[in-house]
Amino acid sequence: MRYSAFNLIRHGLGNPLGWGPAWKPASLKPSYDAIIIGGGGHGLASAYYLAKNHGIRRVAVLERGWIGGGNTGRNTTIVRSNYFFGESARLYDHALKLYEGLSEDLNYNIMLSQRGVINIAHSEHEMELMTRSVNAMLLNGIDVELLDRKQLLAEVPLANDAPDARFPLHGGFVQRRGGVARHDAVAWGYARAASQLGVDIIQNCEVTGFIRDQNRITGLETTHGRVSAGVFGLAVAGHSSVMAAKAGFDLPLQSYALQAMVSEPLKPILHNVVMSGRTHAYVSQSDKGELVFGAGLDLYPSYAQRGNLPTAQEIIAGLLEIFPAFRRLKMLRQWAGIVDVCWDYSPIIGPAPVDGLYLNCGWGTGGFKAIPAGGWLLAHLLAHGKHDPLSAPFDLTRFQTGALIDEAAGAGIAH
Amino acid sequence: MTATRLAHGGNIDRQKPITFTWNGRVMTGFAGDTVASALLANGVRIIGRSFKYHRPRGIMAAGADEPNALVDLTHGVRHEPNARATTVLLEDGMQISVIQGWPNVDWDIFGVLDLFHRFLPAGFYYKSFFKPNWGFYENAIRRMAGLGRAKTSADRRKFDARVDHCDVLIIGGGMAGICAARAAISAGLNTILVEDRPHLGGRLNWCGRVIDGMPADQWAQQIASDLNCRVLTNAVAFGYYDHNLIGVMETVQTSDPDCGDARLWQIRARHVVLATGAFERPLLFADNDRPGVMLADAALCYVRHYGVLVGDRIVIATNNDSGYESAIGLAQAGAEVTVVDIRPIAGGIQQRAEMVGVRVLPSARVIKAIGRTAVTAVDIRTNRGSHIRIDADILASSGGWSPAVHLFSQSGGKLRWDDGTLTFVPDQSPQAVRVIGAANGTFDPAASMSEAIAAINAIAPEKVSWSLPALSQTEKSVAIEALWQDPDIIGRQWVDFQNDVTFKDIALAASENYVSVEHLKRYTTLGMATDQGKTSNVIGLAIMAQLTGREIPAVGTTTFRPPFVPVSLGAMAGSRFGPLHSPLHQLPAHQSHQKLGAEFREYGGWWRPAFYPRNSEDAFATIQREAKAVRAGVGLLDASSLGKIAVRGKDAAEFLNLIYYNELAKLKTGRLRYCFLLRETGVVYDDGVVARLADDHYLLSPSSSHTKGVLDQLELWHQTEYPSMQVSFHNLTSAYATISIAGPQSRTLLARMESGIDLSDQALPHMSLTHGTMMGHKVQLARVSFTGERAYELTMPAGQGRTFWEHLMNLGQDLGITPIGIESLSLLRAEKGYILIGTDTDGLTLPVDLGMAGPLTAKKVDFVGKRSLLTPDAMRPDRRQLIGLRPTDDQFVPAVGSHAILQVDGTRRSIGWITSSAFSPHLNHTICLAMIEGGRGLVEANAHVTIFDRGKTTTARAVEACFFDQQGVRLNG
Ligand SMILES: Cc1cc2nc3c(=O)[nH]c(=O)nc-3n(C[C@H](O)[C@H](O)[C@H](O)COP(=O)(O)OP(=O)(O)OC[C@H]3O[C@@H](n4cnc5c(N)ncnc54)[C@H](O)[C@@H]3O)c2cc1C
Repeated sequence: MRYSAFNLIRHGLGNPLGWGPAWKPASLKPSYDAIIIGGGGHGLASAYYLAKNHGIRRVAVLERGWIGGGNTGRNTTIVRSNYFFGESARLYDHALKLYEGLSEDLNYNIMLSQRGVINIAHSEHEMELMTRSVNAMLLNGIDVELLDRKQLLAEVPLANDAPDARFPLHGGFVQRRGGVARHDAVAWGYARAASQLGVDIIQNCEVTGFIRDQNRITGLETTHGRVSAGVFGLAVAGHSSVMAAKAGFDLPLQSYALQAMVSEPLKPILHNVVMSGRTHAYVSQSDKGELVFGAGLDLYPSYAQRGNLPTAQEIIAGLLEIFPAFRRLKMLRQWAGIVDVCWDYSPIIGPAPVDGLYLNCGWGTGGFKAIPAGGWLLAHLLAHGKHDPLSAPFDLTRFQTGALIDEAAGAGIAH
Repeated sequence: MTATRLAHGGNIDRQKPITFTWNGRVMTGFAGDTVASALLANGVRIIGRSFKYHRPRGIMAAGADEPNALVDLTHGVRHEPNARATTVLLEDGMQISVIQGWPNVDWDIFGVLDLFHRFLPAGFYYKSFFKPNWGFYENAIRRMAGLGRAKTSADRRKFDARVDHCDVLIIGGGMAGICAARAAISAGLNTILVEDRPHLGGRLNWCGRVIDGMPADQWAQQIASDLNCRVLTNAVAFGYYDHNLIGVMETVQTSDPDCGDARLWQIRARHVVLATGAFERPLLFADNDRPGVMLADAALCYVRHYGVLVGDRIVIATNNDSGYESAIGLAQAGAEVTVVDIRPIAGGIQQRAEMVGVRVLPSARVIKAIGRTAVTAVDIRTNRGSHIRIDADILASSGGWSPAVHLFSQSGGKLRWDDGTLTFVPDQSPQAVRVIGAANGTFDPAASMSEAIAAINAIAPEKVSWSLPALSQTEKSVAIEALWQDPDIIGRQWVDFQNDVTFKDIALAASENYVSVEHLKRYTTLGMATDQGKTSNVIGLAIMAQLTGREIPAVGTTTFRPPFVPVSLGAMAGSRFGPLHSPLHQLPAHQSHQKLGAEFREYGGWWRPAFYPRNSEDAFATIQREAKAVRAGVGLLDASSLGKIAVRGKDAAEFLNLIYYNELAKLKTGRLRYCFLLRETGVVYDDGVVARLADDHYLLSPSSSHTKGVLDQLELWHQTEYPSMQVSFHNLTSAYATISIAGPQSRTLLARMESGIDLSDQALPHMSLTHGTMMGHKVQLARVSFTGERAYELTMPAGQGRTFWEHLMNLGQDLGITPIGIESLSLLRAEKGYILIGTDTDGLTLPVDLGMAGPLTAKKVDFVGKRSLLTPDAMRPDRRQLIGLRPTDDQFVPAVGSHAILQVDGTRRSIGWITSSAFSPHLNHTICLAMIEGGRGLVEANAHVTIFDRGKTTTARAVEACFFDQQGVRLNG
């Protein structure tokens, strides 16, 4: 059943429960052409593009819990492509362009809200770094503008401009095409579209081991039994290194808890997505009215999907320093996801050291914005066994060659 | 028809009237009232409008579970856009108003949305509004959404925070909690009890029981007055974090406009006892959201605790015995009460109810609430299946109790479904926590008292020496009967009131395969409102189970996340605001710089002079003057912020040799070496001078902003990789002041300090150091330069920094001594091509890119980052390398951050960027440092590059990165 305003009215008048399942309940078959481990945004998008771009439809997505329940359903949903290095800019802009047409493509409103992403500079030095970034982005064809102090205040009138502000405002830069999207809708929309193309989405199915034939992965052990396939994609974010260990190799990743929180819903008070490199705080206001915010990682590596109080305090203090009006507000919810942080804060996309297995991981604190591209590129790898030019720089071998793409150096934070 | 304040009873002080306003209308309440009880007593029925359909809503609960009664609250400087009326204590002068409803709450124009509810099912926005795109509709939808309106002015109040610890932290001061506290004290445990209401006692305050021969509320107050432990009331434990760290938010009543209204406590407890009670669940029937529909226990609480009788004719729908308790209390207060019980028989309490005039309809169900803006009647299906309508002004319901397992769940605890009480109860937790009383699903008072004692006995080294009080006999009870949703009921039935989620929405989610709890929550927004589903979670799950033919536990449980109730952001940050948010370091001679008229800026956490303008000099002129003064005579720079990390121990040399890029084991005592510290990626993390003071003693000077980072690295490597090495690290940065004296006259100046230190170049050559006494204090004198001039760093105890500075300034008058700030230093070092980490380098810069390849080939031992320096990429000839640029236009200073570009086939490609850029007063032209691909090749070829800055292009010539005194003769000049 297609989603449209017309059908909403039709169902409202007729059978309100007649939409049918968004994605079909499925059970595990003995074999597939391709299996994707992990039903987050990247896994689901990979399945969709495998079916759509490459006509490979005997595909299963295996999800340990419920789809979108990992970082995809926990993140603060910022999308942007204002990256420093050309490799990243091309990757994330491909994602942003796909996002721009995604609601139509999936026939599911993912609520892409291009409200503009603004980074604040709090010193002349930060302004200089931003100038460097903005120039890099302009040369890479990304739509950014440097803002002076006055322009910044016009965009973000609530930013702390008091004489005793700990972090004075010097200016900033904006990417107007950046913004936020509805995280659950991205997972569900891909799931629904993939399911319509014949992909099996299997929830509560944990992959517990790999079946190998010499250096080749031929099948999986799962909580639903064994299954075999021609190729496998691994898109399990914070659990990538755990799964890699099961498949017999190491990944240069560390898993950390990253927290986020929301305030109680409010009438519109903040238009753009705003980030401050000094406190690492970033914030946007959801359509429901909640301020959604976060900042840096928790202190130590962890697999516990909950945040610690001291880090929460620091995140909040960082936000309030930039937005002192928010000191009157209340925190409604606090949570954390386990993010897979790479040495150079860039993702890993490409073949694993074992045959038949392809990786999509290392998105760390910023992979929601990349979901369409991550899926697109993993699908390409699964279908052809080789890189699309966009993903080649992100191959695992960069840790051998040394060709790192260190975005933390370029952009500061990477949400 | 409306609620009335009784002449007697309740825990309010009728001698202390309180005046407040509701939507501008002046009203009175009493001390002890909550905003909700006062509004009810004043006859307010419609407290707000619902989020989605703008339906009129009334007060439903009497505590943190209230979904409807969110109000805008202003009290002096305090403003809360979404205050929960049932938990805010009334204070004089409060201005309270509705947050939704235009033109007013009784006539809300958006109420028309309710007519279109068929077209706005759960998740309707996922199915529409994307043509042409979401942005087209979004702003209109945003304006409709949201709850209260926040103030936009800065809030400058001060919040403080407390940190505490104890043997046992008891959360919840109801019967179970106070018994546990009493027992814990008797067992000699250091105890803290927290309670979110103003009084201890919890439900004892309104349940009407008798304990130890006295009314339960009096018994509770008596015990409370006698609790010899720390008791925090008005304090809600909101978060249970790892290692038994509990966040508690205390409400602070204050008339001080500078003082925040909440205080955060972080309490680390050896043991936690949760006695958090339970929340009553409502029953579902058609239009169960009408004003006048409320929870049965809340109605009882209002009458007994606040002396407010919520209605005259009250129907209580129930599926368990506790509905009768409410019926009794309300009937005793004079209401006409009918209990509609789905069960054929109730427990012994039924008789007691009937004795006070309560009418009981067994095997009957409420199927619909009648009345739009207020309940006027109730439709009931009787045991014979016939439908009757009873006039009523309040329809209260009791659908059983859900233990408040939120904190337990946050502790990492797993829940278990209990079929007897139809609830989730605590099972196992990885942390040291015990749950007692209603929070544990133990609703029998005697049993929960015993649980309290048992919990303390289990953790106390001494046995509890407190005997249980005598309880009044309770009648035989009859078990609760499950009634989640009656399929025969037609009409809209609300499950989540605040977010307007109805039974139909859950059915839609089920039909669309959003059947896991989390999908249900997210798709329908069930339980995502500011009450976090305290009244709706279990019902929602049960309905999903019913619809999908599963057992309730098979659907799952939601994970509860902090905070238990919304908590003040201001208080969460505590004192970290303004100047106290990561406080700036001040230099020891700060006041001297102030006197000299310095303009201060932050540099890596230090508040340092950027430059010292004279009279009306602008920044540019000042910086140029200061720089010239150094090269002409002598300049004084306060370098106290430079890191000073002492590294000592038998293995200090070996350890530092492992950590640093440069060879340090062979460094001679008394000598200095300029070194890089690398990350494992080979990237230069920090640069600085390392001094050897003795065989087993080094002194590192990391850059000001990296001192802590370097120390962390040292500790990390030592503790995780080389724990057996004998070496220790001490950060001495703030113990000493350092003054840098630079310029051809620096030695002359120093000689006047009468230290007896031999300042000759033989005794103290460049990159060496010595110690001595000056002005009666031990000092360290290092000969090191960051300007290219002869220069010294003089280090003395921090307390002497100011005296030394001022003394040196006086001594140097005739030498033209000039205080210089960071900006002119930055210019001077750029002339020499000396780098600033983080300015000229970035997260990809390797030592070779900076022209320091020596140690990689010369150093024999392994060191951090070595592997990465040998990768193919590290050895590419076309890496970005540090070079100098001379703009073709001598006077034009390109912006730092401009790029150098190549034009290839009409497209422009960046080949690097300018990292430093200034006009050199000594060379009379602009100088730039830049990181450029294959830069050294360009320098050799004397090539020109195109400079790009936001669309504009200029040109520059690639030159050596050192512009001034390339031979370095001035170092010894
Ligand atoms: C608090 C927070 C804020 C963030 N903010 C942003 C932001 O603003 N913008 C942005 O772009 N990014 C952000 N991110 C990062 C972003 O969420 C992630 O990079 C992205 O969602 C990763 O998607 P994924 O599909 O790779 O992983 P996930 O969504 O985590 O999916 C991985 C899935 O694999 C499953 N899985 C794991 N092990 C197994 C197994 N053995 N068998 C089967 N299944 C398994 C998991 O259950 C999970 O569902 C944020 C992350 C967090 C935690």
